[in-house]
Amino acid sequence: MIAHSIFFYTFSIIAIVSAIMVTASKNTVHSVFFLILDFISISCLFIMIGAEFLGMIMLIVYVGAVAVLFLFVVMMLNVAQQKNQWFSSEESSKHIPVGLIISTLIFVELIIVVGGWKYKPDLFDINNSIEINNVSNTHSLGQVLYTDYIHIFQISGMILLVAMIGAIVLTFRKRVGVKTQSYIKQISRERSDGVSVVKVESNKGVKIDD
Amino acid sequence: MTEIGLGHYLTLGAIIFSIGIIGIFLNRKNIIVILMSIELILLAVNINLVSFSIFLGDLTGQVFTLFILTVAAAEAAIGLAIIVVYYRNSGTIRVEHIDNLKG
Repeated sequence: MIAHSIFFYTFSIIAIVSAIMVTASKNTVHSVFFLILDFISISCLFIMIGAEFLGMIMLIVYVGAVAVLFLFVVMMLNVAQQKNQWFSSEESSKHIPVGLIISTLIFVELIIVVGGWKYKPDLFDINNSIEINNVSNTHSLGQVLYTDYIHIFQISGMILLVAMIGAIVLTFRKRVGVKTQSYIKQISRERSDGVSVVKVESNKGVKIDD
Repeated sequence: MTEIGLGHYLTLGAIIFSIGIIGIFLNRKNIIVILMSIELILLAVNINLVSFSIFLGDLTGQVFTLFILTVAAAEAAIGLAIIVVYYRNSGTIRVEHIDNLKG
């Protein structure tokens, strides 16, 4: 139990500090790196409390795909030099008290909810279906995911497809002056467009310069 | 203090959620950092769902977290594509310069 709490506090302190650094660091590339650190520590927490499939998926999806996407965009848009100042700009100073008040209010509300939850221990007595099945987390998640939630699973696949098509359509641009293949022209070309059969009379020849 | 329960994880989720909201409000320079703050908020929601799912023994929370992960990835892709297109058109993604709608 001691080791569990030591690991919990270590990972959660790393997660909180790196979350602060995501919003506070001056360089955007550093923010992306702190975001990666945040995701890694949270996925360590997930693995620690027994949701190992979600921890691994989080590493793959966030660190492997989303963070690399962020890094690509940050480096492609040349915004790494644009300083990300918090408090020095005069224009932003009127947003600071509003943001602090709203986030503090939300934090206090969430803490009140947590405190109210802690004093309701009878809800913990629900039978633990994960423990009863005596299979691993990934196994039990797969058993539920492909049977009860198969429609939602396929809808999420459609969401990813739509997002992919949308991203391609948004960033696609036709440049002028660049010679490219036109597939529709190539496919719709027929024999009559290119070849014509001419009846040649004997001893006359054919004019091809028409 | 040494017994790590549901409340600890919920508090961690609340702290990260609040940091994400602070990031959205206080960041006035770079819109990519706002997208990253949205990712932080979704991460906090995932922490809540997973810890409830583990401590209550119901697997539905983890399935839901999987779908939130999917939607977050799709949202990041679309948002970054919109940012790239906006940068190509206007040459800047500073938040105080994006005021075409005069809101």
